[in-house]
Amino acid sequence: MKNKVSLKSRGSLIQRLVLAPYSVWAVLFIVVPLLFVAYYAFTDNSFHFTFGNISRFFTETSPVGDGSREVRRYLLIFGRSLKLAVISTLICLVLGYPFAYMLSRASAKTQSVLITIIMIPMWMNFLIRTYAWMTILQDTGILNGFIGLLGLKPIHIIGTEGAVVIGMVYDYFPYMILPIYSVMAKMDMKLLEAARDLGCSSAGVLRRVVWPLSLPGVISGVNMVLIPSISTFYISQKLGNGMFYLIGDAIEQQYVANDLHFAAAIAFILMVILLVGMAFMQRAANKKAYA
Amino acid sequence: MKKIIELKNITKSFDGEVVLDNINLDIYDNEFLTLLGPSGCGKTTTLRIIGGFETADVGDVIFLGERINDVPPHKRNVNTVFQRYALFPHLNVFENVAFPLREKRVPKAEIEERVNEMLKLVALSGFEKRSVSSLSGGQQQRVAIARALVGQPKVLLLDEPLAALDLKLRKDMQQELKKIQKATGITFIFVTHDQEEALSMSDTVVVMSEGRIQQIGTPVDIYNEPENAFVADFIGESNILDGVMLRDRRVSFAGHVFDCVDSGFAPKEPVDVVVRPEDVDIVPEEKGMLRGVVTSVTFLGVHYEIIVDINGFKWMIQTTDFVDVDERIGLYIEPEAIHIMHKSEYSGLFGDYSSFSMEMDEIGELEQIEELAELTEPSEEGAGRDE
Repeated sequence: MKNKVSLKSRGSLIQRLVLAPYSVWAVLFIVVPLLFVAYYAFTDNSFHFTFGNISRFFTETSPVGDGSREVRRYLLIFGRSLKLAVISTLICLVLGYPFAYMLSRASAKTQSVLITIIMIPMWMNFLIRTYAWMTILQDTGILNGFIGLLGLKPIHIIGTEGAVVIGMVYDYFPYMILPIYSVMAKMDMKLLEAARDLGCSSAGVLRRVVWPLSLPGVISGVNMVLIPSISTFYISQKLGNGMFYLIGDAIEQQYVANDLHFAAAIAFILMVILLVGMAFMQRAANKKAYA
Repeated sequence: MKKIIELKNITKSFDGEVVLDNINLDIYDNEFLTLLGPSGCGKTTTLRIIGGFETADVGDVIFLGERINDVPPHKRNVNTVFQRYALFPHLNVFENVAFPLREKRVPKAEIEERVNEMLKLVALSGFEKRSVSSLSGGQQQRVAIARALVGQPKVLLLDEPLAALDLKLRKDMQQELKKIQKATGITFIFVTHDQEEALSMSDTVVVMSEGRIQQIGTPVDIYNEPENAFVADFIGESNILDGVMLRDRRVSFAGHVFDCVDSGFAPKEPVDVVVRPEDVDIVPEEKGMLRGVVTSVTFLGVHYEIIVDINGFKWMIQTTDFVDVDERIGLYIEPEAIHIMHKSEYSGLFGDYSSFSMEMDEIGELEQIEELAELTEPSEEGAGRDE
């Protein structure tokens, strides 16, 4: 707090000049686009104000099955996106948390080696990684070839929700590990000793000290996995064989179909839902942390 | 008196470097025992072995007659006050103190009662809801003590708990810790490198150096009857001279034969002779047993500290009489003021003030102050955040 105050009171010309490029950048590439998204979302093709795009998201229906039943098309898509994203995020968390914990306790050398290994896939293009998974998961792909070698029956993965989840987990896993790891690496090891000293078993130390103190990392990890996976479209197209139309696909399709206003409306609604969700999570975590 | 902890032949190495070399120590119930020594002497490792955070390579830790080498920390009836408190930042003052009780699933009402009682003991009533990061260093220290005591351990381990506090606060906390120890009747094992702290608080002082115990005794014993040159030098100021024991109660050093009160040495045995600076009387040169010239005088408030050159050996003398630099004076030493020690590996390393200068001392202090500032910084930041 002290720092901030002194920064403000010392708002010298040089400081403002140094900050200027960032301010310009933020305005040009963050604020302006967001305003445009909102503007498009609430206007029609002739740029008259309307709630039509927003209400279309909540009300448009499409027939399912033999056509006798109708569902709210975009709510269904959103629900499906949310489901797959939450499953992927949970898998990332369950796999990533223990890994981050062990990583933070390992020797400095092991830590740097493991972090490099985690980062290496991120150096490769996202599209290439997804294509690689296609060749692995195809019915005649590497995985089934391997299963065949073991004399087992081939399994059908590509084009299932499972394949989409595998793709998302693989792509976003590092975004879960790194924030949790960075919080855990900074954690004072004396606190863990103190907890043991005060009667905690290993599980108790984890539950009562490590977990609550690592919550900020968990929250940012969850955000960093949940948000891209909820709005992904490429993974679902490639690994889902286009059978799982997700909210990202919907936005892309409207955009390609040149209905920018509805595309903006979907993006806007998604953003609001995510912001509300994040705020809610942050509050719950704060409440827990300072109970 | 009942033995509460016994350390038997404890040896411990880290990466091939021996940090504890055959430590044997009995700790009694209701005792305030201090492990005293310079950094790297093994005192903290000893504490950690008792706490269960390190395991001895060789030797046994006995707790109330039972061997507890393999008992993990959370199952030992011993609690620790950590050097930098290690308070849980996600919990408020009350919850920090309640931490061990919640782990033991103590009923809510009892937790409330015991935590409040503890906070009262450490004079922090009314701070229950405060965040620990908003507390000053001294207050954090008290929370750490309350948290360590609330589970009613048999033994409290304190790892340089006062090192991060400023001098005035440290003195207050010394008194307070002593009071708390008396009030609770819990055995305190206190680690410090501050000899004054050790002398003023302890029932028993254990002086350590290089992984070995140099001497165990009451503060008075340690000061008046140091076992070897290391102890004599580390505890207070000492002039340590080479001497020869002529026979019982007769010793020769600094070119003069003195009467003394020690006996039991071999005839003509080479010895180390300790004379404390405050035990030397200044007399006119012609009446002195030893004669020399004053090379420096420093006023320290309660007394002057003067350095006297006697045949090339620089003595430190504390006196309330003013003498001037370059003045020639005589020294008179009473038999009771002379303490004789056997020669040891530390002979000749300490006790000559020829390299002594106040300037050096000040530099040392400055470093300490900087270190202190560094240590207290986080709590200041915390205080800012709360506002």
